[in-house]
Amino acid sequence: MSAHGASAQPLSRFAVSPERRRRDALARTAILGATILALIPLVLIVYYLLHKGLGSWSTSFFTTDPTGDTFFKNSNIGGIKSAILGTLEIVAIASAMAIPVGICVAIWLVEYGRGSRFASIVRFAVDVLTGVPSIVFGLFIYIVLVVGTGSTYAGYKGSCALALLMLPVVIRSAEVILLLVPSGLRESALALGAPRWRVIFRVVLPTALPGMVTGVLLAVARAGGETAPLLFTAGATLKTNFDLGQFMNSLPVQIYSDVTSPTTSVEHRAWGAALALVSIILLLNVVARLASRRSRLG
Amino acid sequence: MTIEGSGPEVTDREHESSPELGDQAGADAGVSPSASRITRPAGSEPSAPSPNGAPGHEAEQTPGLSISLEQLRAFYGSNEAVRGVDLEFRANEVTAIIGPSGCGKSTLIRCINRMHEEIPGAQAEGRVMLEGLDVYDPSVDVVAVRRAIGMVFQKPNPFPTMSIFDNVAAGPRLTSSRRGDLRQTVESALRSAGLWDEVADRLDEPGAGLSGGQQQRLCIARSLAVDPDVILMDEPCSALDPIATLKIEELIDQLKRRVTIVIVTHNMQQAARVADRTAFMLDGRLVEVGPTQGIFTTPKDPRTEEYVTGKFG
Repeated sequence: MSAHGASAQPLSRFAVSPERRRRDALARTAILGATILALIPLVLIVYYLLHKGLGSWSTSFFTTDPTGDTFFKNSNIGGIKSAILGTLEIVAIASAMAIPVGICVAIWLVEYGRGSRFASIVRFAVDVLTGVPSIVFGLFIYIVLVVGTGSTYAGYKGSCALALLMLPVVIRSAEVILLLVPSGLRESALALGAPRWRVIFRVVLPTALPGMVTGVLLAVARAGGETAPLLFTAGATLKTNFDLGQFMNSLPVQIYSDVTSPTTSVEHRAWGAALALVSIILLLNVVARLASRRSRLG
Repeated sequence: MTIEGSGPEVTDREHESSPELGDQAGADAGVSPSASRITRPAGSEPSAPSPNGAPGHEAEQTPGLSISLEQLRAFYGSNEAVRGVDLEFRANEVTAIIGPSGCGKSTLIRCINRMHEEIPGAQAEGRVMLEGLDVYDPSVDVVAVRRAIGMVFQKPNPFPTMSIFDNVAAGPRLTSSRRGDLRQTVESALRSAGLWDEVADRLDEPGAGLSGGQQQRLCIARSLAVDPDVILMDEPCSALDPIATLKIEELIDQLKRRVTIVIVTHNMQQAARVADRTAFMLDGRLVEVGPTQGIFTTPKDPRTEEYVTGKFG
């Protein structure tokens, strides 16, 4: 604008009005306030987990099974070994079922079924499944595999319930990530004369891998923390058990039963178990991220 | 997701596709001897690298193939983007296709290597003859067509998970046409793309770390590594600065010794600089084709004249 001439007039045109400054400050404060508000419960959760959970951690906490003897103040209540091993087993089997199938569904949806009517039906079904409460998956497995076979609770039935729960999450997250892979990459690989399956394995999946790992981990973490589907599929037990056909303990179920106990020491064990569950998921996260980063470079 | 490793299907695929296309080529009386090059194993390519991509050496390489379009029509659903085009791209010449946005020129070249059909709902009619071979013949393997007819896209798009070396090696690896020394193939392709001297000491770095112009030359090297007979370029310089553009244009001039080049461009000066022949398209139809100089100086059709003199488009 004109630098010479009446100076007051042009300058005021560029000045920020006090009213605008006030609104700006207000909006910034509101946004920052909401962020802090959201952080409060997160920080408190971590604080209480560490504060209350670390106190009950000891070597024997991880190496002994719960004894079930919780009536007296001084009784030996035992640790959470069976719960940790049970959760690892159940979630591992569930992941082994849900992740490959889920990724295959996502690949089909994005790379082959795009635009087809069947694909939109599948997508709708997956959306519905994502919104189904976890206890419904447990109920379904209970009806089909527990009542339906006339048998009892078993570790693998818990895995089946968790796999059903994970499946829509895996499909949805993998699909979103596959859609993010630029179509130019697919096209230039196809234009080199590469068969489609090789384009998917060598170009699309490696590009999508880091994002897919994140989505898969979300599903694993969600399954790892579920109590409801396990209560009446895998059951609850004290002893460490490697037979997937038998009752199997798990961390969420252990926490659930410990928290409802009137004994203080048992309640503390719930905190220790909760901290162990969070740590396992965190560890899994770190390991998977490192693995995906390495494979990306290779 | 390793780069190496090939399942049993790889060899199956090779055995399936090659003889099939070979039969097709042999059965057609009009096939010139060089059309059977589609089935020639990649190892027999004369790919000894020359020190600085000297033109004299390039001339020894197998020549490109001609392409002719016969009543080519292309659709997106019911929308007809290319409306019956007859056009010949002569072997070892650069043919530019110019025309206003949306005139169907990109769609047209995407029909040549059958990339058009990758878009859901898209289809093509008519014939695309690679020498005597109709690439749309039902017995022709689309994968083999794309090996013979390479493509360079508007936006440089090196594979982000791969190093410079792996990007160029991607063609031979993805098509399992790897024969002989892969390092030599990569070096030869990078030299031909004029990129070797800039990247020779950092082949293991990611291809996405190069500048835009280098990335585009990397993409050209990538398409050269499978030894195509024709290269289609869809506005290869539109995302590049003038210096990088000039390098690509010089490259095009060298490459036409070994491949036939079809280039779609919005830049008429570029067409005038690189093309032997130029075709002008409008509303999905070919208006005029001829020697570049003629199109720009003495066009026969008034619409061509209006376009090249900047009256519309």
